[in-house]
Amino acid sequence: MARSSDPLLTKADEPLWRDEFSVFQERERFVNRRQLIKFLTLTSLGMFAGNMWILIRSWLRRSQTYPRQKIAQAGEIPVGGVKLFQYPNSKDQCLLIRTGEEDYVAYSQKCTHLSCAVYFSREENQLICPCHNGRFSVRDGAVIQGPPTRALPHVLLERDGGELVATGMSSELKG
Amino acid sequence: MLRRVTALDGAVALLILLLMVQVWLLSATLDAYLSGYGDAALPGAICSGLIFVASAGLYWFARRIAAG
Repeated sequence: MARSSDPLLTKADEPLWRDEFSVFQERERFVNRRQLIKFLTLTSLGMFAGNMWILIRSWLRRSQTYPRQKIAQAGEIPVGGVKLFQYPNSKDQCLLIRTGEEDYVAYSQKCTHLSCAVYFSREENQLICPCHNGRFSVRDGAVIQGPPTRALPHVLLERDGGELVATGMSSELKG
Repeated sequence: MLRRVTALDGAVALLILLLMVQVWLLSATLDAYLSGYGDAALPGAICSGLIFVASAGLYWFARRIAAG
């Protein structure tokens, strides 16, 4: 059927239904873009807020203080045994490992790759991160294999009579 | 009207590009923070802030276009 013979078209080739349903498509497209730009700008604000949150957390971490804190009784755990404790804050999990009769080491439990919790494998005598299979030496916290590039931060320990006391933390290699 | 819609299309394309950079920046800063390199947080926040200012500028531009 020829276009001009269509009874629904006017002389200006405008369908009649446009008179009844006057949707302004151009204007609608225009408003949709404006709303999209508003949404994208708010998304940008959200990501900026995320970056600020990381910055604030980073500053708070830098101003960390390390109190003296009793963490265990000497002999409380067997040789090759592990005790979990929190130091310096209640959210910072650490591992105390008895490596010999009189030898103790303590490390932060946060993997230096992406902060997964490491665990002590007595069979392999290593600290292992299950997320990406990062492995650390029990002796000094050094990276043995995997994606981490830094040693595990170790907790400085002192003997105070029959008690083990945490006095600070260091990111340098132990010993 | 068509020219204004085209201008808005350009603004949307630019904004999407900026957001892609900002997403990368946020994930890189978070990755560095979680692995103990807190020094990346300040430059990351500054760059992200600049991108947000640019996005807000584009939004202001869009509002101006809408106002005619």
